[in-house]
Amino acid sequence: MSWDLLAQSLVSGLLMGLIYALVAAGLSLIFGLMDVVNFAHGEMMMLAMYAAVLIFGTLGLDPLLQLPLVCAGMFALGWGVYRGVIARALGVRFNRGMVQIFATFGLAIFIRGAAQFAFGGDFRSVSGTVLSGKTVSFLGVFVPLPQLAASIVCLLAFAGLLLVGRTEFGRALEATREDRDAVALIGIDRDRIFAMGWGLGAATVGVAGVMLISFYYVSPNVGANFALIAYVTVALGGFGSILGALVAGVVIGEVEALTAFVLEPSLKQIGMFAVYLAVLMIRPRGLFGRL
Amino acid sequence: MSVSVLDPSVAAPADNAILRRRRRELLLGALLLVPLGALPFLVSDVYTQNLIITTVLFAGLSQAWNILGGYCGQISLGHALYMGIGAYVSTMLFTRAGVPPTVGMFAAAAVAGAVALLVGWPCFRLSGHYYAIATVVVGEIGYLLFLNWEWVGAASGIYIPLGADSVVNLQFRTSKLPFHFVVLAFAAVAWVAAWLIEGSRWGFAWRAVRDDVTAARSLAVRVFPSKMAAAAISGGLTGMGGAIYAQYVGYIDPDSVLAGHWSILIALPAVLGGVGTLWGPLLGAAVLIPVSELTRSYLGGSGQGVDLMIYGGLIVVVALARPAGLVSLFGVKGGA
Amino acid sequence: MQLRSVTKTFGGVAANVDISFDVMQGEILGLIGPNGAGKTSLFNSISGEVSPDKGTIHLEGQQINGTGPLACARAGVARTFQVVRSFDSMTVLENVMVGAFSRTARPREAMRAAQDVLAFAGLDARADAPAHQLTPPEKRRLEIARALATQPRVLLLDEMLTGLTPTEAAGGVALIRAVRDKGITVVMVEHVMEVLLPLVDRAVVLNLGRVLMQGTPAEVVRNPDVIRAYLGDKYAA
Repeated sequence: MSWDLLAQSLVSGLLMGLIYALVAAGLSLIFGLMDVVNFAHGEMMMLAMYAAVLIFGTLGLDPLLQLPLVCAGMFALGWGVYRGVIARALGVRFNRGMVQIFATFGLAIFIRGAAQFAFGGDFRSVSGTVLSGKTVSFLGVFVPLPQLAASIVCLLAFAGLLLVGRTEFGRALEATREDRDAVALIGIDRDRIFAMGWGLGAATVGVAGVMLISFYYVSPNVGANFALIAYVTVALGGFGSILGALVAGVVIGEVEALTAFVLEPSLKQIGMFAVYLAVLMIRPRGLFGRL
Repeated sequence: MSVSVLDPSVAAPADNAILRRRRRELLLGALLLVPLGALPFLVSDVYTQNLIITTVLFAGLSQAWNILGGYCGQISLGHALYMGIGAYVSTMLFTRAGVPPTVGMFAAAAVAGAVALLVGWPCFRLSGHYYAIATVVVGEIGYLLFLNWEWVGAASGIYIPLGADSVVNLQFRTSKLPFHFVVLAFAAVAWVAAWLIEGSRWGFAWRAVRDDVTAARSLAVRVFPSKMAAAAISGGLTGMGGAIYAQYVGYIDPDSVLAGHWSILIALPAVLGGVGTLWGPLLGAAVLIPVSELTRSYLGGSGQGVDLMIYGGLIVVVALARPAGLVSLFGVKGGA
Repeated sequence: MQLRSVTKTFGGVAANVDISFDVMQGEILGLIGPNGAGKTSLFNSISGEVSPDKGTIHLEGQQINGTGPLACARAGVARTFQVVRSFDSMTVLENVMVGAFSRTARPREAMRAAQDVLAFAGLDARADAPAHQLTPPEKRRLEIARALATQPRVLLLDEMLTGLTPTEAAGGVALIRAVRDKGITVVMVEHVMEVLLPLVDRAVVLNLGRVLMQGTPAEVVRNPDVIRAYLGDKYAA
């Protein structure tokens, strides 16, 4: 057994896991707030990735510098999606669960088609940024700088989410999640909170997307891959739990890396799926789930 | 109570709205078979024939899904697993053991149904979203397993060697016409299964639990065994459809029967048309399949993505505007 | 049915404390007491909705406490709910059929049995009406009919006669008497004394979670403790 290779696997699993965690966090946030699983989450991340590619191509802005810009855009996108689609879906009296699933699902397909229409089907990525191609060596393990930067940013984003939780907005979010029917009585505009929640969730996944682009290819179908991993991560961590998303993301990332290492790369997803199913059998609500 | 349930001379129930509605449904279903049966004789171009066959096949597949997803309320987004298993079982039996698909499709149904039971048993304790995602994951696992399984051809898949035209072997080279009747029979079987279940003790149990679980429990309504039965029937029928599809297309590989988007294609007509209704999957398939085929043919070929935009947009619009499904346009009330 | 030392606490509040009494087969037993005396929570223990912390409940020799609503229903306990819980997506007949299906798996038998029950309860004219369109008194009859379709040994009625006009209440009383005449034991929680006391054979009075006394209606009405518990009630002398 090559310990070097194993260590290498574990480290890259950790780095990737943090990204999975961030993608899952946005999903978990939205669900915890209003019981809606955003099946277009992966596609929204894909849009962020394309935006990053375009901005880099036209303005030459490094992804790290783009973050505020793309995040703002994603926030607006999330807000818009809520107002345009989700608000209507929530108002449905009949079949609400299924309507939510398929409304966001249809949206996902729509966005995928739009991306294909606008950008074509080929793969793109960003190269020639400040960090690309550089690696750091740590105890015999080679850590590519773009991945490292991405993980650090993800951790910072998690910290950011925790901080937001302490602001008044964060408390309003929490209150709305606790009892969404009663908050109107204390002057919280539930609709506004939902829209902002969507904005925040989209911005979160936007961060992940922007950081991803420096070492991962984007194509119209990339959303689907990440989306599935995100759902698994959220379900594993427990819907509605940000901490759960973090823990589950790391777990999934490591399991994926280990499976690729022990078995073979094409089967790497089976490992995480098996772990996910095993955990769910014991804890149907996920590791930290409360809903 | 004056009625003893063990008394064989129990009188038949008096006529009421339920019985009348059931008779109407059966009549309408039987009547529908006539134009559907006549349709293939009216079209001669292969493209349209293919479209009709695909539509009817998916109407049947979706109706099979509807039994579990619509009536029973367990939204499975990984049903392609059963379609794929059915396709592979039947094809392997045919290509390796010479078992004709007319027999093989029943083996396919049995295996697929058994897998559905296996999946359902642990998964039914998961609620709503957790269950849906678990089914997606199980479907993906199935896809990955078959993709790496050499014995069934892994990624290369299996070609079904084309022999002489034969009813028993479900091979028709010269004309697609016979397939039309095969899929029509399949769809009819799925429809009848749904009709029977709708009026059965299970159908009542599922609706009661959906309306008020506390009241249902106080009336001794148990759902777990019925859910397992629904899973087996739904999975089995889907497997049978998969076997038929394999024979029709003549080639299967993980991408053509197990990939995620087949799960969506099986579930979507029921959702669009109206879950938990008899006509929903049929209506939904009649709308969805032609739309997706036509948009793909005319707009999708160059990879423009417009077909997906129309497809996705349609799903969103119908989901929001007609949450009870398209059948609500005809005044039919839904189940879930 | 025998209850022995049934005790149930909810988060620090003792809803039922050391409740013991017998229910004779074929009688109509009234369960009365001021608000908060623990009547509904006792019902919930009997029907299996909740599990008593201490004590036992036996029905015809079979222990049913803590077995859950399904087992209790199968053992022969049927109940109605204080707030009517009808299956609103179904018709009246279908509602009752759900109950009938607990005794048979065949739709035709269930339908026939349900129709018979509806005739018994006086709702057969409304068999095909959607359940949510019924008037409140009709909904209560539906609750009873649905419960009766499970062929119970004991029927628990939770405030069936509250808030009815005198005519409606008289109809309800007649139905309850007919249920008892079929051999089904009835235990009723009720507030409306004028209607309850003439109807029941015996009554158990609860106060603050405990049994205050039990006896015939005449004895209950004269008991000074009962009158004190209901201070402010028009029966206070």
